[in-house]
Amino acid sequence: MSDTWIEVCAADEIDEEDVIRFDHAGRTFAIYRSPEDTYHATDGLCTHEKIHLADGLVMDHIIECPKHNGRFDYKTGEAKGAPVCVDLRTYPVKVEGGTVFIGL
Amino acid sequence: MADFVIVGAGECGARAAFALREKGFDGTITLIGSETHLPYERPPLSKEALVAGAGPKLVADAERYAAAGIAVLSGRTVLEIDRAGRRVRLGDGTALPYDKLLLATGARPRTLPGMACGGRIAALRSHDDATRIRAHLVEGSHVAILGGGFIGLELAASARKLGASVTLVEGLPRVLSRGVPAEIAAIVASRHAAEGVEVLCGAKVAGIEERPGEVRLTLEDGRVVSASLLVVGIGAVPNTELAEAAGLAVDNGIAVDGLLRTSDPDILAAGDCTSYPLPLYGDRRVRLESWRNAQEQGQLAAANMLGGGEAHCAVPWFWSDQYDMTLQIAGLADGAATTVRRDLGEGAFLLFHLDAEGRLIAASGIGKGNAVARDIRLAEMLIAARRHPDPAALAAPETKLKTLLAA
Ligand SMILES: Cc1cc2nc3c(=O)[nH]c(=O)nc-3n(C[C@H](O)[C@H](O)[C@H](O)COP(=O)(O)OP(=O)(O)OC[C@H]3O[C@@H](n4cnc5c(N)ncnc54)[C@H](O)[C@@H]3O)c2cc1C
Ligand code: FES
Repeated sequence: MSDTWIEVCAADEIDEEDVIRFDHAGRTFAIYRSPEDTYHATDGLCTHEKIHLADGLVMDHIIECPKHNGRFDYKTGEAKGAPVCVDLRTYPVKVEGGTVFIGL
Repeated sequence: MADFVIVGAGECGARAAFALREKGFDGTITLIGSETHLPYERPPLSKEALVAGAGPKLVADAERYAAAGIAVLSGRTVLEIDRAGRRVRLGDGTALPYDKLLLATGARPRTLPGMACGGRIAALRSHDDATRIRAHLVEGSHVAILGGGFIGLELAASARKLGASVTLVEGLPRVLSRGVPAEIAAIVASRHAAEGVEVLCGAKVAGIEERPGEVRLTLEDGRVVSASLLVVGIGAVPNTELAEAAGLAVDNGIAVDGLLRTSDPDILAAGDCTSYPLPLYGDRRVRLESWRNAQEQGQLAAANMLGGGEAHCAVPWFWSDQYDMTLQIAGLADGAATTVRRDLGEGAFLLFHLDAEGRLIAASGIGKGNAVARDIRLAEMLIAARRHPDPAALAAPETKLKTLLAA
């Protein structure tokens, strides 16, 4: 894997069990902080309609789309049932020196 | 092997069919629908699909039905249920046996007395309706919309995007008088006015006349609206005739219990065609016309066709998109004693509706894009948990609703 690590934000800029939007090079991502304080990243747009997931609600390891409540496991990208049936792409994330990086 | 038959291939019927397989049912599943398309989502018909002139947004493509072993009979109508013989009879005379039957027949637009759709009068329920309406929505044309409910208003917004001019006629003093707080309806109405829609509230129709090249609406105060097309958006009526003819109980929809069973335990009903008791609201019997309800009940019906015994205990939820605004409503607000407002900035706000004991029974919100979505979802959880949140905390945007849920 030849990931390039891109700086996202300071680790404490994302609340626990929450998500933020991150735009980079014309693409949009959703960056999550889980209740266990781990960080994760997926494509930013829902696979049902192109809606920013960062406006949605994080519950445990699930992100729920704000538009029609489609659900994904943000750790694996797995679509968890109607109306979403296409999985989300996930990306590696690392936290170094209090900063979150996404591997693209 | 058991034979399960689903009548009505809409959102609800299709979700039920897939849910049966997901839950491990290995008998036959036959999904029968009058429309010639595979099951598709209706919400886009008045919104983005209408503007784009897009084809139907299918719930699933043909391969997914084939892979799940679901037989879809499109363009076929069930005419009769033979309960004694446990068969349904189709329009072409075919009889299909069932062990369990699900009625997901949906609803159809209410029509004006003595006035059928056709010519320059239309209603919006199906993809074919949308195609017909869209042909009239061109730059410089004029459409009249009767009814200031969700469908009429969404259609007005889409028509404006396509460059048509719009007159919307509502008989009541304001738009969205059913289920939407006046504060939110006022914002919707003023936005439509700002976008150039002529909104006539409190306007009673005295007569409708089709003439060559136009349809004319005469109002009781003498005003005349001339349009290329009149779209009637005055609500929907549940498709209950089949159930009624079979002797099933009907009460503003096919009457089902909390497990979605009709008065015949082998026949269930779900979605827009049913009325059912809502445990969160004192088992009050309601009929909802909502996309998520159709989905949830379809899934629940599937579980209960398999003997699951799960009761329906959801919070009603609805959304509407108009221009760049989205409105969301969770719960039922009638019966509210107090309302608390929370401002989210950039014009977005939420209203929390509490009953006399301070229990949160509904929340509604409007804003740009999905500004209110997350908080409405959290409110929905508070409603489901029958919470009595502190009104001051609800009003304070700096208090995260999530913390109220944990409290
Ligand atoms: C234009 C429009 C916009 C909407 N927007 C929203 C929105 O923004 N948000 C929201 O929450 N909800 C919205 N809704 C409501 C939502 O689409 C419905 O609640 C949902 O479609 C109900 O699904 P259903 O399967 O119960 O019924 P339907 O979708 O009505 O499907 C029932 C199907 O059964 C078929 N049928 C009936 N009788 C028979 C028979 N005897 N034999 C065979 N087939 C039969 C019908 O032809 C139909 O195809 C909208 C609806 C419309 C029309
Ligand atoms: S856009 Fe995400 S669930 Fe529909």
